[in-house]
Amino acid sequence: MAYSEKVLEHFKHPKNVGTLDKASKTVGTGLVGAPECGDVMRLQIEVDENTNMIKDAKFKTFGCGSAIASSSLATEWLKGKTIDEAMAIDNMDIVEELALPPVKIHCSVLAEDAIKSAIKDYQEKNGIEVTVTETSH
Amino acid sequence: MKKLIYLDNNSTTPTDPRVVETMIPYFYEKHGNAASRSHKYGWEAEEAVDYAREQVAQLIGADPKEIIFTSGATEADNLAIKGVFEMYARKGNHIITVTTEHKAVLDTCKKIEKLGGEVTYLEVNDKGLIDLDELRAAIKKNTILVSIMWANNETGVIQPVKEIGKICEENGVLFFSDATQAVGKIPVDVIENGIHLMAFTGHKMYGPKGVGALYVRRKKPRVKVTAQLDGGGHERGMRSGTLNVPAIAGFGKAAELCRLEMEQDAKRLSVLRDHLEAEFNKLEEVYVNGTTEARMPHVANISFKHVEGEGLMMTFNQNVAVSSGSACTSASLEPSYVLKALGLGDDLAHSSIRFSLGRFTTKEEVDQAIELVSNGVQHMRDLSPIWEMYKEGIDLDAVEWSEH
Repeated sequence: MAYSEKVLEHFKHPKNVGTLDKASKTVGTGLVGAPECGDVMRLQIEVDENTNMIKDAKFKTFGCGSAIASSSLATEWLKGKTIDEAMAIDNMDIVEELALPPVKIHCSVLAEDAIKSAIKDYQEKNGIEVTVTETSH
Repeated sequence: MKKLIYLDNNSTTPTDPRVVETMIPYFYEKHGNAASRSHKYGWEAEEAVDYAREQVAQLIGADPKEIIFTSGATEADNLAIKGVFEMYARKGNHIITVTTEHKAVLDTCKKIEKLGGEVTYLEVNDKGLIDLDELRAAIKKNTILVSIMWANNETGVIQPVKEIGKICEENGVLFFSDATQAVGKIPVDVIENGIHLMAFTGHKMYGPKGVGALYVRRKKPRVKVTAQLDGGGHERGMRSGTLNVPAIAGFGKAAELCRLEMEQDAKRLSVLRDHLEAEFNKLEEVYVNGTTEARMPHVANISFKHVEGEGLMMTFNQNVAVSSGSACTSASLEPSYVLKALGLGDDLAHSSIRFSLGRFTTKEEVDQAIELVSNGVQHMRDLSPIWEMYKEGIDLDAVEWSEH
């Protein structure tokens, strides 16, 4: 199967690979997927408490090229967004941006789940009312 | 541009130039139909087919009359299983096969079940081998056929064919083997191994695609199959259809070349394969799948733990062509059923790559592949959260994953 140029670019030169201190109060961590399913994404956000702005985002992903590209793109999009704006990222935006074929849509769903899971973790840690509604994939 | 290194010979082998040379005249000046009896064009074509039949028969220790040319191994598998099921309906309707067979056998067996037949699927152990006692125990009064592959396409594991042949003979049951991956690569003798029917194909042994054969034994016992294609009664009535003369001529030449060169090819390739495995074993958490005791000389199926196979392939697929046991491309996300049958967890099955070398693989290519793949594993592990967790000493089995 041929991958789109954008997927290839993110795959070869993934953005924001790394690890933030998950114990820090300003960091939210989302770990989604399972090794048995062939994809695991860990997405982390670091939030500026005063502005509610995501100032950094990092990921590590076990998965195919599309899964890696989806999470790389997600971290790019997250930086500079407020929590509310980040909540609005939809998996179909990722599908469109990366031109993912139908068999790879689950990769974008996973990325959306990872974003929401990281936000939820941040909110719970800081005693903020959790705004994430359970995704039903 | 650098040449793409081809280490996917179990999918198909490149056609040997000597085979192509043999085929060419049968497209041009010798274009006749082998069934035309009234002119020289027909005689030449028939002669070519007869000669190829001898070459193919000789490779497997058979009589030329026992070779039925088909379009490939899938058709031969279908003809063997469905043909026996129909022909021996009065004797019984039970077939025994194995969970790690090729889809051409498994799906044909499923069809047999739909048609009212009964099929037993034997399991394999963690080495990929069947248990002979389980086979003995599975044979019943109404068993007509045992269908067990010679060598597995994904792992290269070789089943104890000779012992299976003995068990079948003792119990008066026919033994069919899909030997697609074995013929032309290792010695395969139908008499020595008690084979009654055997499927194989040209394009896995440096011959052309679109031609294969079913061996059907003619003596002790005389085996018959019901034709699955009706028509002109070609191939002793078992497979109608105008013979693909150029492909058959090429198949014959390929068989002859394999007979003469397989020993040296196998020796050379097993050295290269062992080198490849030894180098990969220097990386951490690398596992060879399937037994290393009874295995094809050119195949290595390796799991690089905590790295997803398809993603890994993407790091080097501009330079190295291989296959993955991961099936991330399919909607089901199911990894290789063959590796799962060996008891591999889904995680290790998703992490597997099959390397299959061939006659035209060089030492330089293997060395380059080792370097490219090792770099890819490193790249993917740097990206992998599971690798990081493993390195931190986290018990991955204890983690509550969110299945999706």
